[in-house]
Amino acid sequence: MIYLDNSATTKPLPEVLESFRQVSEKYYGNPSSIHRFGADAERLLLKAKQQAAQLMDVKAEELVFTSGGTEGNNLAVKGIAFAHQNRGRHIITSQIEHPSVIEACKSLEKLGFQVTYLPVNSDGVVEINDVKEAINDQTILISIMHVNNEIGSVQPILEIGAIAKLYPKLFFHVDDVQGFGKVKLPLINSGIDLCTISGHKIHGLKGTGLLYIKRNTTIFPLFHGGAQEGDFRSGTENVAGAVSLVKAMRLIIEKQRTQLDDMKTTTQLLRNCLEQIEGVVVNTPRQHSPNIINISVPGYKPEVVIHALSEKDIYISTKSACSSKKPDESAVLSACGFNKKISESALRISLDYDNTEDEVFTFCHSLSEVLQQLSEVMG
Amino acid sequence: MNPIYLDHAATTPIHPEVIQAMVPVFEEVYGNPSSVHHFGRKARQIIDEARRVIALSINANDKEITFTSGGTEADNIALIGTALANKSKGNHIITTKMEHHATLHAAEYLEKHGFSVSYLDVMENGQVDISQLVTVLTDETILVSIMTVNNETGVIQPIREIGEILKDHQAYFHTDAVQAYGMLELDVEALGVDLLTASSHKINGPKGVGFLFIKNSVKVESLQYGGQQERKRRPGTENVAGIRGFQAAVELVANDREQRLTLYQEYKTFFLQILEKEDVEFSINGDIKNTVASIINISFPGTNVEALLTNFDLSGIAASSGSACTAGSVEPSHVLSAMYGSSNQTTVNSIRFSFGLANTKENIEEAAKKVATIVKRLAIN
Repeated sequence: MIYLDNSATTKPLPEVLESFRQVSEKYYGNPSSIHRFGADAERLLLKAKQQAAQLMDVKAEELVFTSGGTEGNNLAVKGIAFAHQNRGRHIITSQIEHPSVIEACKSLEKLGFQVTYLPVNSDGVVEINDVKEAINDQTILISIMHVNNEIGSVQPILEIGAIAKLYPKLFFHVDDVQGFGKVKLPLINSGIDLCTISGHKIHGLKGTGLLYIKRNTTIFPLFHGGAQEGDFRSGTENVAGAVSLVKAMRLIIEKQRTQLDDMKTTTQLLRNCLEQIEGVVVNTPRQHSPNIINISVPGYKPEVVIHALSEKDIYISTKSACSSKKPDESAVLSACGFNKKISESALRISLDYDNTEDEVFTFCHSLSEVLQQLSEVMG
Repeated sequence: MNPIYLDHAATTPIHPEVIQAMVPVFEEVYGNPSSVHHFGRKARQIIDEARRVIALSINANDKEITFTSGGTEADNIALIGTALANKSKGNHIITTKMEHHATLHAAEYLEKHGFSVSYLDVMENGQVDISQLVTVLTDETILVSIMTVNNETGVIQPIREIGEILKDHQAYFHTDAVQAYGMLELDVEALGVDLLTASSHKINGPKGVGFLFIKNSVKVESLQYGGQQERKRRPGTENVAGIRGFQAAVELVANDREQRLTLYQEYKTFFLQILEKEDVEFSINGDIKNTVASIINISFPGTNVEALLTNFDLSGIAASSGSACTAGSVEPSHVLSAMYGSSNQTTVNSIRFSFGLANTKENIEEAAKKVATIVKRLAIN
């Protein structure tokens, strides 16, 4: 089995599972309870938060555990919009954000907010000048992802952060779901006010995530209730989930430190191989995240290729798993200026730190086999 | 000294078989359910199966179950989502003074956004006053939200009667069944309920999972936006293993609910018998004949909640003053205030004991004796 769909979701690490299991069994108290079961669970939750803060070089009070990336992005975008609408009702984002940002913005448009969806260049990157020009005195939020989930382009977050710093009225949110653990993003002094992370993209568990909210940033909560997580996020805390998330964060940062170069080499190899296959076009720009390669095979339906590869026990995906039910066209590739032939036949290959060169060779070999077979069928 | 857990209404230990059901999902079925490949489809099957089992447990249709991150999120969708989607039909909402904060604070939020909310009184027996419901119900009412079982007193509310009253009214009927699910037979059809909230970690399942039953005919807006998951009502990659764990917890309850209830009822009776035998002065809040087996709320005259809880905790007994979700604060109970008035002493001298998987007859006896000793020492008469 060769799993190359790590941008959709990843396999949880055994250590992560073990900490989930242990906490579930031993620390089942409700952290809000004042007895020792509660106090022990609360202490553990706080410790997890402190560790996460240390890993991200921020303060523990600045982190909120969530149920995942979608909630983190919604909390950031809607939370800022609702809390600061008196100062202005303009939001800047890009055309290639994850649906959890785009759809949240669309919902705000219905409520009277104005949203600028910045275009991207042919490398899938937002132009700094466009950001500068889009800002007006009504702008309260810029939300730009770090690494794009479909083509792996890396956005100039630090440059945007530097611009955002010039406008104290405006908040800057970064969706770092695909970047965390692969492309470094220092938060301190970056101009970033909010940053989203998801557990299941870094070998953690589904249903876990966190949102960084810089100190003194006020946001309006999505859920009302018992005022947990500093009143940012009501609901009994998923203690075991939170602890397992921090474990996954620690482990992936460790891998980033020791295995990043290997991963880059493997991905480069993958790119080289793919470029050799007739009929395959590589869409991912030269500068990109170390684990995502997006290709198109014009004339072939992506689902058909995926199923044929599945038969060979190899797993890749079309575009974002979150929008796989929509028609074939990739909004991200269209935004990059690719024509329909390309944007309707896109495939995404996404690696993790443990994918080997052998796996990459096998995959490329199988892909060219599959394409040949399919072309014979299609005549 | 082994601490004794008498706070199952706050949260419950996860059942070993639930973890066993989750582990293979984590390890083998880690695909994203939206992915079209084998891994994704396998994960999708697990969610479908869980949805089927859970729908069946309340006599609903599969499509009417939306998985959430827990009870709070489900209550928020039920209130805010329903109110926003139906405001063309009216702007009036009815709930009660004793709801969980997830409902009350969502209702307060709606008040700030132009909705008017009626908070029904609670009678001394711990039940909502349904005669009031009939008087406050208007043509503008779009939603009635009343919990199935109160989390502090364990008192069962007259849900079927309320469903009957609302049968021919446009208002949707939401019930927060977090404390009832797994304890009572819940048939949404028979109860006349349009929306129902349940949470996994209250029935020995994992934290971070819950569901909202949304009847087919009900229009709701989602609180979050993103992918197409959960029929767009709750986007976000599904917590597949959590959902599988929830299913396992539901199946476990379905298999031995009667035995569990009998056992918890025995614990409750036994606990009270010991208090009586030890000559402790106490009274029970709410009509005990109408409570779920697992919860008892007791007032100890002449004592104070904070002192009681601290002393209980020091001697290894974990109980609480009410909802754990008031984030550590020991404020006078809003539920008991609704029942007896805010100046009544019961609001500051009552303890909720809740029984479950972590209990045995032996540790109930030990706990009751310790409680008796502490109460007698602290009570100023």
